[in-house]
Amino acid sequence: MIREPLIFEISGEGKRGFRLPALDVPVTKNLLNEVPTREKVDGFPHVSEIEVVRHFTRLSQTNYCVDIGFYPLGSCTMKYNPKINEKVAAMASFVCTHPLVPLKFSQGNFEILKTTEELLAEITGMDAFSLQPAAGAQGELVGMLLIRAYLEDLGNPRKIVLIPDSAHGTNPSSAHLCGYRVHEIKSNERGTVDVYDLARLMSEDVAALMITNPNTLGVFEDEIKKIAEIVHSKGGLVYMDGANMNALIGHCRPGDMDVDVLHLNLHKTFATPHGGGGPGSGPVGIKSILEPYLPVPLIERGGESLYLNFNNPKTIGRIRGFYGNFLVIVKALAYILSLGPHGLNEVAEIAVLNANYIRKNLENDYHLKYDTPTLHECVFSDKFQKEHGVLNIDIAKRLIDFGVHPPTMSFPLIVHGALMVEPTETESKRDLDMFIAAMKSIAIEAKENPEVLKSAPHGTYVRRLDETSAARQPVLKWTPEKAD
Amino acid sequence: MSYISLSDNDLKEMLAAIGITSVKELFSSIPADIKLNRDLNVPGPLTEAEVMAYFENLANKNSSPDILSFLGAGAYSHVIPAVVDYLSQRGEFVSPYTPYQPEVSQGTLQIIFEFQTLICQLTGLDIANASLYDGASGAAEAVLMAHRLRSKPKVLVAKSLHPQYRETIRTYVNNLHLNIIEIGYDESGCIDLEKLKVSMDEETCVVVFQSPNFFGSIEDIRKISETAHQHGALSTAVIAEPVSLGILEAPGSLGADIVTGEAQSFGIPLSFGGPYLGFMSCRKEFVRQFPGRIAGETHDVKGKRGYVLTLSTREQHIRRERATSNICTNQALCALRATMFLETLGQEGFKELAWQNLQKAHYAKEQLSQIKGISLKFNGNSFNEFVCEFSKPFVDIEAVLLEKKIIIGYGLENEFPELKNCAVICVTETHKKEDIDMLAKVLSEII
Repeated sequence: MIREPLIFEISGEGKRGFRLPALDVPVTKNLLNEVPTREKVDGFPHVSEIEVVRHFTRLSQTNYCVDIGFYPLGSCTMKYNPKINEKVAAMASFVCTHPLVPLKFSQGNFEILKTTEELLAEITGMDAFSLQPAAGAQGELVGMLLIRAYLEDLGNPRKIVLIPDSAHGTNPSSAHLCGYRVHEIKSNERGTVDVYDLARLMSEDVAALMITNPNTLGVFEDEIKKIAEIVHSKGGLVYMDGANMNALIGHCRPGDMDVDVLHLNLHKTFATPHGGGGPGSGPVGIKSILEPYLPVPLIERGGESLYLNFNNPKTIGRIRGFYGNFLVIVKALAYILSLGPHGLNEVAEIAVLNANYIRKNLENDYHLKYDTPTLHECVFSDKFQKEHGVLNIDIAKRLIDFGVHPPTMSFPLIVHGALMVEPTETESKRDLDMFIAAMKSIAIEAKENPEVLKSAPHGTYVRRLDETSAARQPVLKWTPEKAD
Repeated sequence: MSYISLSDNDLKEMLAAIGITSVKELFSSIPADIKLNRDLNVPGPLTEAEVMAYFENLANKNSSPDILSFLGAGAYSHVIPAVVDYLSQRGEFVSPYTPYQPEVSQGTLQIIFEFQTLICQLTGLDIANASLYDGASGAAEAVLMAHRLRSKPKVLVAKSLHPQYRETIRTYVNNLHLNIIEIGYDESGCIDLEKLKVSMDEETCVVVFQSPNFFGSIEDIRKISETAHQHGALSTAVIAEPVSLGILEAPGSLGADIVTGEAQSFGIPLSFGGPYLGFMSCRKEFVRQFPGRIAGETHDVKGKRGYVLTLSTREQHIRRERATSNICTNQALCALRATMFLETLGQEGFKELAWQNLQKAHYAKEQLSQIKGISLKFNGNSFNEFVCEFSKPFVDIEAVLLEKKIIIGYGLENEFPELKNCAVICVTETHKKEDIDMLAKVLSEII
């Protein structure tokens, strides 16, 4: 496909893409005499509607996506996005309601929010939820702020948060945003939290442990109750990153594992679309000790109707405008209802089955740093292929030639040259077998023909891109002087 | 409903390949005392028809579609061209994730690059990111950024900045022990420049204000920025209604160092408050402290131009606790819609959109202020929102209008007790002259 120009490069004065009805009120001149105004927005394009449609349609064709094929991005849970959820979220009553209409005109919407809070509480075994956070990272921030507020209320917010060396980058980043220093806990030879290291590091200076379960290796932290006990015994709290909830749903609940606060990712476990990078939603679930600190407004049931409670005296405050990513939440609720209890249970079963099928079939072709059993994802490394000068990035780029999106690369940090594979439960055996076959071919190519990996991908719209010079000489927007 | 794609046969073959007899064996790492030994107590399963019925039932509990609303206050009703819904629903846009593998994500990446360009053009600054969550968290991220850049303990915030944005800033900076001082407004509805001068000093890292502000008044960005710069502080302009940028000069050209805000007006429906679209831009010398994802231009091994996420050393997946922000997933699909919206409207369409908002709001301002018992609270210049003061209790007026299926605006008393019986009213291109005339007629009858 020939290179699609930037919209600015096909712009031409005189072309118009849209028209408004004629102004129907009398024109008043000189309304903004004392205010600096502009004649035009410099550089704004002039294009026709067909040019817009072709531009975006052609650009869309350069994207790989879940609707095209296998997308095993570990930790992201790239499961199929059911289309009925899109249809529900497009209903006019949900799309067109202003967030500030009088409450009696938005009871349906508040019912959606409240019901979702209650169902997520049941699914996770927690006592209450806030649906405000716009994504997992914002959920982590809220969770850590809640912990801080709770401890401050007891007299001492403490200084340190413990985080395993396998954690997602948002964990230490969120802890830091709350004013905490991060101490890393080592993973043991099983890939799980080293309980002795934890006991050594836990003190009354530690506010919380942030843990992912199953962890980023896909391994269930089976000592979680002991871990929680160590943290609680010194007055700390346990935060769980719920990004990997897809492995647990219906089988066990964080609330039953003595977790005090967690976040979920609706765009992962609850099948709302990833949108090329969002919007997501990162609801925060808590045990009742943290209820006094929840962000306002709270949505509460009062008799026959729902109302907003802005009076949570110890609230951490607001963390965004209005109530949350409402349309995303609508899709998640539709998903929960569509599946029901057995459907949700089956999600975890098949997510774990699919991942273990891949692991079993590739365990001789790719190095697994830990032989501990894994649930819904597993992390290979490029150790075998490195002997031939082939790295995880080369394997990833060659996978693209086989029509598959690469797994997550270089994460978690404790596995050098990592390739994190999470198939999810919606993949067919045919797609799993195609992935396995592709990986096996690549393993052979790594030995016999490494050049074909190093020059991959070959058939894509663009070949391998130079990310180094992009950072060294940043060009971050189009400017008119640039001729290409 | 189930979205599993395994046949009975597939299941058998896969179990055999793994060497187990039941999937349950794969969950043996979960200790027995934690296992949930019952079904989840959730409703369902529902088929598509039942799901639709469930939600239709809830939709019926919302406002009826023929309600005439003059609500703004941070969420704006604007026209959305048909192409935006049509194109943004494509699976290739909806179902991929963050473009970590740029070779198969050029659609997403080029669109981010175009979005960044448009934001820079609108705001008059050098660098923009791929989006933040919304205007409120954008304002908070701007304060955090200014604090990283200047390391001073004082933050000046205009009282005329959206109350939700001010609350969000407080939540985000809570543990930094910053001294947040709110600067009041004057009879124009704008930030009191004299009070600003008095509070501004060498201990201030940033002044944060909104324009047009929560009352609809257009701030003097040049004067505010000059005052800030005189003391080594940064000027952050927050734009909750960026359609105004079709007529108003770019804040960056008037001295703003950081511009952030809410781009819901750009092709994103009201959505009961979310998902919306935070945006941010800044001067290029601040890039190392700038939060959020950024797409940059580069070439492939054959010299073909392409786009990649870049400057990632600022971000959480590289820098972890020293990242400029913890943001990971942002509002990409909303940014896509905004890009489609702006490119479809184009130079002429966007200018016309802004102009119609200005004219229609002014017409409404005139019609309402002529009614005995209604006066304009502030005498400043405005764009598409303005504050009216009523001689009768606003709650009563609100109630009578609701019976006639009109929502007149957003009452200010709760958040601004000094503004008794005042409300901020928003008029956009979506309001017809007859809507405004009807509002005026009804009001003149009841006041």
